[in-house]
Amino acid sequence: MTVILNEGDSAGTAGAAPGGPVDAAPEPGKAMTRGRLVFIRFLRNKLALVGLVIIVAMYLLAFLGPLLSQWSYEDRDYAAFLQPPYADHIFGTDNIGTDMFAQVMRGLQKSLIIGLLVALISTTVAAIVGATAGYFLGVADKALMWVVDLLLVLPSFLIIAILSPWFRGKSWWLLVLMLAAFQWMITARIVRGMTLTLKEREFVKAARFMGQPARTIIAKHIVPNMASLLIIDATINVAAAVLAETGLSYFGFGVQSPDVSLGTLIGNYAQSATTFPWLFLFPAGFLVVFVLAVNWVGDGLRDALDPTSTRVRRKEKKDTEEKAA
Amino acid sequence: MTSSEILFDSPADPVVEGPVLQVEDLHVSFPSEAGRVRAVRGLSYQVSPGEVLGIVGESGSGKSVSSLAVMGLLPESARISGSIKFQGRELIGRTDAELSKIRGRRIAMVFQDPLSALTPVYTVGDQIAEAILVHRGGAVSKQAANKRAVELLDLVGIPNAAERAKAFPHEFSGGMRQRAVIAMAIANDPDLIIADEPTTALDVTVQAQVLQLLETAQEVTGAGIVIITHDLGVVAGFADRLMVMYAGRAVETGKVDEIYQQPRMPYTLGLLGSIPRLDVGEKQALVPITGQPPSLTDLPPGCPFAPRCPMVVDACHTAEPPLIDVDGSPEHRAACIRTGEIAATDTEGAEAAAEIFGAEVVEEPEIAKVPREQRDIVLELDHVVKEYPVNKGVVFKRRVGTVHAVAGISFDIREGETLGLVGESGCGKTTTLMEILGLEKPMGGEISVLGTNVSSLDSKRRFEIRRDMSVVFQDPMASLDPRLTIHDVIAEPMQVHGYGKDEINRRVPELMRLVGLRPEQLSRYPGEFSGGQRQRIGIARALALEPKLVVLDEPVSALDVSIQAGVINLLEELKSKLGLAYLFVAHDLSVVRHIADRVAVMYLGKIIEIGEVDSVFDAPRHPYTQALLSAIPIPDPVKERQRERIILTGDLPSPANPPSGCRFRTRCFLHASLPPEQQRTCIELEPPREVQAPDHEAACHFAQIRQVL
Ligand SMILES: Nc1ncnc2c1ncn2[C@@H]1O[C@H](COP(=O)(O)OP(=O)(O)OP(=O)(O)O)[C@@H](O)[C@H]1O
Ligand code: SF4
Ligand code: SF4
Ligand SMILES: [Mg+2]
Repeated sequence: MTVILNEGDSAGTAGAAPGGPVDAAPEPGKAMTRGRLVFIRFLRNKLALVGLVIIVAMYLLAFLGPLLSQWSYEDRDYAAFLQPPYADHIFGTDNIGTDMFAQVMRGLQKSLIIGLLVALISTTVAAIVGATAGYFLGVADKALMWVVDLLLVLPSFLIIAILSPWFRGKSWWLLVLMLAAFQWMITARIVRGMTLTLKEREFVKAARFMGQPARTIIAKHIVPNMASLLIIDATINVAAAVLAETGLSYFGFGVQSPDVSLGTLIGNYAQSATTFPWLFLFPAGFLVVFVLAVNWVGDGLRDALDPTSTRVRRKEKKDTEEKAA
Repeated sequence: MTSSEILFDSPADPVVEGPVLQVEDLHVSFPSEAGRVRAVRGLSYQVSPGEVLGIVGESGSGKSVSSLAVMGLLPESARISGSIKFQGRELIGRTDAELSKIRGRRIAMVFQDPLSALTPVYTVGDQIAEAILVHRGGAVSKQAANKRAVELLDLVGIPNAAERAKAFPHEFSGGMRQRAVIAMAIANDPDLIIADEPTTALDVTVQAQVLQLLETAQEVTGAGIVIITHDLGVVAGFADRLMVMYAGRAVETGKVDEIYQQPRMPYTLGLLGSIPRLDVGEKQALVPITGQPPSLTDLPPGCPFAPRCPMVVDACHTAEPPLIDVDGSPEHRAACIRTGEIAATDTEGAEAAAEIFGAEVVEEPEIAKVPREQRDIVLELDHVVKEYPVNKGVVFKRRVGTVHAVAGISFDIREGETLGLVGESGCGKTTTLMEILGLEKPMGGEISVLGTNVSSLDSKRRFEIRRDMSVVFQDPMASLDPRLTIHDVIAEPMQVHGYGKDEINRRVPELMRLVGLRPEQLSRYPGEFSGGQRQRIGIARALALEPKLVVLDEPVSALDVSIQAGVINLLEELKSKLGLAYLFVAHDLSVVRHIADRVAVMYLGKIIEIGEVDSVFDAPRHPYTQALLSAIPIPDPVKERQRERIILTGDLPSPANPPSGCRFRTRCFLHASLPPEQQRTCIELEPPREVQAPDHEAACHFAQIRQVL
């Protein structure tokens, strides 16, 4: 027996319920909080769980792997130049005898942190700025949108080129902030537009008339209703950040040799992809797996947050049917 | 009607004997994920020339699908079987090219949403002319077609037709668009007109205009009309025969009078009993039909209405009852195995419905026994004004005018009392509500809530007042956050006002039960509930803080009639149980008569008549109130045909530029009948609100009673 009313629901009163009255509750018992419900729905999504496991495993590997290896990314093995993988160097070596496994692990450390942090920061800033501007309008809107427009028209590489001497040798945190600073503006504009429409929806008015303060309305009603957009944006930003970091390295800013990131490795060895494939394939492979895993987690989160998501529903329906059988 | 004779005097087609439309055993199904949706399951009916057939049923019963099948407008994926004969010729199996020759020329369709039938980039006149040219081919010249388009617009009552023909669809109001669509529909003198909910999106006054127009259209073309509606009131006075549909089949058919007076199928009875009556003064028991229509993918055997039927017996589950003749009438047929027993009861119509469905009149609240003057005032408005600037220009905004949305309105609501606020769309009802709910100092006048003037509120006191005042919105889908579970939706006001966690967890299930929902459903999302259930959730949220005043903005107008009755009953019970005061905004005067104690009628930002509900409805003094009341259909064909109908001409004037003196004078029939010197009074002097009877005031210089019910 299924209990889902109005699949592909439109105006609301249409009672095209595919089976039975809606009163047949699937999970009797107490009400769950939103967090718990989203968590349970997320756990139901196998692909998302796989993605999560992969990301965690990559972190562990990136930080624990080098401890197990006898080589560090700065060491050179003068006995092995450009060697394909073998027992001593499981990922092979490059033209100056550096162990590729050590380099890829070092790069993975950098890129995992940069990718996830930049995505998180830039999407959060976009959500806060866009929603604040759209909700309050007036002066706040004018000021924030002025900043957005300014950052959009300023060529980011120019600013970075001007600032880079000052940044040189400073902490990687600055790199993360810098990358995030140039990624949030377009999303913020989209968020602002969506806020303008959401603000007129009656559930937002209802919250206002019950005395809910503006910041709670934004956090509780406006932002969650844009979750799909924000999550897609964040997953795209992860890959974009990793690649943008490569670009920055050309300005002598960002990750400098002998230090490496996945981005610099891929950039350096792209030409060798056909002649010495192990140089390119290992860093590229890790990047692809990482981005894929982030996408799966993102999709899972989006479906878990979206109550109308058909995938979860179909799944729930199947589960209840199985239980009934 | 001379112009129409000129238009329609060329009967080029030989008149065909027999019914215009004959549908036999029609089946329509669609593929869907959950299996085939059998939207129409064995439908048979016919329409004779000049006859009006009403098809009634709730949402999803297959009304639209069956008529789209006649038009050949179903999507490719639909599977159709059976027979549809138009003037004796079979339509099923014809190619689209053949069908489109018939469509538009011989069969015309009027849809619910007139905008979708008009192309936005061509003028209305061009579109009507085009419709004539396409189907008449070379027989008509372009000029003649244009001339005819203007005549048609004139016929459907568009003022300055020659001018307006050059306007684009978006420049027309909703009612004018629907009239233009009807002009297009009758342009080629069709033999059959199918109107699918032609008045659902319109105001009552405009609805009356459109219905009368359809009647005119039928007279001039002599066509058969199929009118589809979910509102039994609309077709009472207009249709000759009626077909009630449920779950893709006809469950009762017959002459209009027979069906309204001797319904023989429990569903029809329920529909009739669920409509609040405008003409009934004493409290009436409304029949809610509980539950939902069945899924059309896997119908269980037996009567499809069984899960909701109060008369269900075991035998109902064995086979689907066929349509059988009842009462010995050749035309009256019903699909129910217990029609005989329904016929045997001594009550008839809505009374029988209340008896069979066990509906009861809701008791008056305790507080209602205290005289009105001795009760506390919960809300008072004194000459409240709200204006919006009209700006022009993108870069440099210039103020070019002012919309007087609310132009000085005054009323009060006392403890345990319901005030109904009615008026056409655009008259300022929602603006008034937003002014009250905003709790800010109004642009002009004073608002007091629970004895506190809102102009002097600090933010702390304002927050406290929010606790005693809550709101229920019109659209049950938009008013609940789709991302919150029902528990979180109902808990929100309590969280805002600092209730403890335990208290919230105790109260939320309690509130669910209070509004007739099961607490087990608390961890579901709003999207999984039906419209009526969602509206109940909205009401539960509004009651969470035990308010004294609930403001309701059209709380039932988005719901099907059968569900609407359940929500109205619920509101009445809650009022009686909790001693609430309601400010109830509605455009449906029957609902207001049923639920309100007092009523205020608004026109262009002003209250033109206010008072005790029976006094206003039985002895209306203001011409506008009289027109509004006379526009509401009564679900009683005999009464409906005898009623005098006041049709208001034209649309609501723009509130940016209201007429001088009396704001209603541009549409006032009384004004039009007055001698010139008295007319001058209307033009120069704004009529003040004057006492007409105890607790009954009206704002008209020449107020006089006129009974219209
Ligand atoms: N194109 C389509 N594809 C699949 N199913 C459809 C399609 N059109 C209609 N249906 C289904 O057919 C059934 C009957 O629909 P129909 O539009 O005739 O209802 P109705 O009585 O006109 O309702 P309303 O009062 O809401 O207009 C519904 O269950 C609907 O979901
Ligand atoms: S057949 Fe039975 S279930 Fe169906 S309407 Fe009649 S009494 Fe009700
Ligand atoms: S004052 Fe004059 S115009 Fe106004 S409603 Fe009365 S009669 Fe009509
Ligand atoms: Mg329909």
